[in-house]
Amino acid sequence: MNLSRRTLLGASAAAAVAGALSACSAKPGGGGGGEAGGDTVKLGINYELSGGVATYGQASVVGIKMALDELNEAGGIDGKKVELKEYDNKSDAAEATTLANKLMAQDGVIACMGPATSGNFKATVPVANKNKIPVVSGSATADDVTVSGDKVEEYAFRICFNDSFQGTIMAKFAAENLSAKTAVIIKDNSNDYSKGLASAFTEEFPGEIVAEEAFVAGDTDFNTILTRIKGETFDVIYLPGYYSEAGLIIKQARDLGITAPVLGGDGFDSPKLLELGGAAALNDVYFTNHYSSIDEDPKVKEFIEAFKKKNNEEPNAFHALGYDLGKFVADAVSRASELTGEAVQKAMAETKGFVGVTGTFDMDENHNPVKSIVVIGLKDGVQDTSEKVG
Amino acid sequence: MSKFKSIGLRALPFIVSYVVVLALMNLGVINDYIFSIIVTICVNIILAASLNLVTGFTGQFSLGHAGFMAVGAYTCALICIYLGPVIGDVPAFLLGMLAGATAAALIGALVGLPTLRLRGDYLAIATLGMAEIIRVIMLNLPITNGAAGLSGIPQVVDWNWAFLFTALTLIVLWNYIRSSQGRRAIAVREDEIAAEAIGVNTTATKVQAFTIGAFFAGIGGGLYASYFFLIKPDQFGFLRSIDILVIVVLGGLGSLSGTVIAAILLAIVSMLLAQFSDIRMIIYSLVLVLIMIFRPGGLMGSKEITDTVFGKVFRRGRSDKTEEAAA
Repeated sequence: MNLSRRTLLGASAAAAVAGALSACSAKPGGGGGGEAGGDTVKLGINYELSGGVATYGQASVVGIKMALDELNEAGGIDGKKVELKEYDNKSDAAEATTLANKLMAQDGVIACMGPATSGNFKATVPVANKNKIPVVSGSATADDVTVSGDKVEEYAFRICFNDSFQGTIMAKFAAENLSAKTAVIIKDNSNDYSKGLASAFTEEFPGEIVAEEAFVAGDTDFNTILTRIKGETFDVIYLPGYYSEAGLIIKQARDLGITAPVLGGDGFDSPKLLELGGAAALNDVYFTNHYSSIDEDPKVKEFIEAFKKKNNEEPNAFHALGYDLGKFVADAVSRASELTGEAVQKAMAETKGFVGVTGTFDMDENHNPVKSIVVIGLKDGVQDTSEKVG
Repeated sequence: MSKFKSIGLRALPFIVSYVVVLALMNLGVINDYIFSIIVTICVNIILAASLNLVTGFTGQFSLGHAGFMAVGAYTCALICIYLGPVIGDVPAFLLGMLAGATAAALIGALVGLPTLRLRGDYLAIATLGMAEIIRVIMLNLPITNGAAGLSGIPQVVDWNWAFLFTALTLIVLWNYIRSSQGRRAIAVREDEIAAEAIGVNTTATKVQAFTIGAFFAGIGGGLYASYFFLIKPDQFGFLRSIDILVIVVLGGLGSLSGTVIAAILLAIVSMLLAQFSDIRMIIYSLVLVLIMIFRPGGLMGSKEITDTVFGKVFRRGRSDKTEEAAA
């Protein structure tokens, strides 16, 4: 008994040592390849591959890899293959900072992609400024990620629109396309994304906001707030939140006989919305998004087809944004005068007319893309209409 | 004479680690990445050592350590952001650390007084609830900027500060445990009724240990906020408390040196696994399970490194009564 235990302990210790050694020996090899003669372009991936928001990180990375695989197959950037250094920040901001340090100080990348969410992305920005290596996010939508105070964060970029833009566009859409005069807002109080969208909507909406209700992420029973708003008269419900709660809210609202159109943001974009809400409830539902899978644009169609062939699933907005992010970084690297973080930063800031799946854009002076937004309408839970606005 | 020698020997690991890290930093062996891991280790040592005082030495099972850390982190961050431009970053940081730790200690005392009358599981639930309340308050106060948290905290912490606060925490805790108050705490852990029977004021003892634990958790939080320059409420959730508890249990309940070893070990394991994102959590958990199977009392049990062969080599000819009593 004692002996077998000891053997087991010895064996596991040996295995651990072997693992550590192989990890160590793998490192110098990888580093040496890059130093050897610069025949590869090293890019960093710092994404949420596990933890709370892993679905966003994983989807983004699938998109990025697809873009860069295509590029490598076509011969790379100016004949140089792209080499990806990929790490998981566990959806933790401190870990994101640590990994940004690793990518820049140890692995010697010339640009970093990710993280997917605003908070974690912001945690990498000071590291980027210090090392003079740009960080780009495909989906950090908080208003202040690329600016601090009035000053632009020199080495931070994003390729998606920001939160207040979504709220503004939806308010316009409600007033103009749906002729809404009155609205009810149901927002997630534990979430800045939701609060940001709600306040932008309130500011822009020309009609009257008759009621404002709040829930907290993780709630499952919304009958109290829905019963309360049922007594009011209103034309639309604005529900900026994530699919997990939005799906349930829409279902419970329809069950209570509330038939008004429900409007939301890109947090609706998930197959889970249909699972939670059910097809019958998901009519007259509109949400702002980065792209629509029913878009007739040939570039979008081509992407969707290639994506389905490769991954056997319908691409969502994070896949599309990841794909564009990969292409955007590669484009900036190819335009850069030399392969340094500073040159790539300059090329990114000068981007004009970049054509992506999620729209064509220029980079503005605050490192935000100037691009259009898509308003998607659902019928029986599937995308029925899509309209480019802005 | 032997007294000086023993102090010298205890200071040795501190001096060696300080000088080695400093030298490696100057040689360029330690880059920003490795340094950020070292700071993480320092923060974890402070947090776990202070929790060990509560859980390991006083025997009170607390699941709310992240709450105190959050109080320290937010207080320090707010003072650094608002007072930093006025009085300078370093004075603001020091003031923030002091204020953060004091605020955490006050809340610790406030929470400790009613809840420490509870025992075991009940106390765990009460402290867990307390930490959640703190987190939700941070989520809703306008000054803490809700879910997005505080960013742009001036990064003051370098190796000197990180080392200073870690060493300070360990030295204060080490001496506290060997003081008469510390003995009372250990008596409460061993048998609360017997301790009370010999005249130990158990509630006062528990509240004192809890308050000191909270104070240093506040220090750990302040250090964390200043180095990682961004804090948000979801970093101080239930899982953070569990992470700290894992270090304590792994190192050994009632062993400060075990806590230090476990904090370093876990950081290294986590660092080596960063590149295998798919299997990282499986291996990490497996390491924990294996250690718990083969060393059920943690790496060090309730022994200190000075009690082991390693310490005995140095201890020959030295008669340190408190040391023997501890063993």
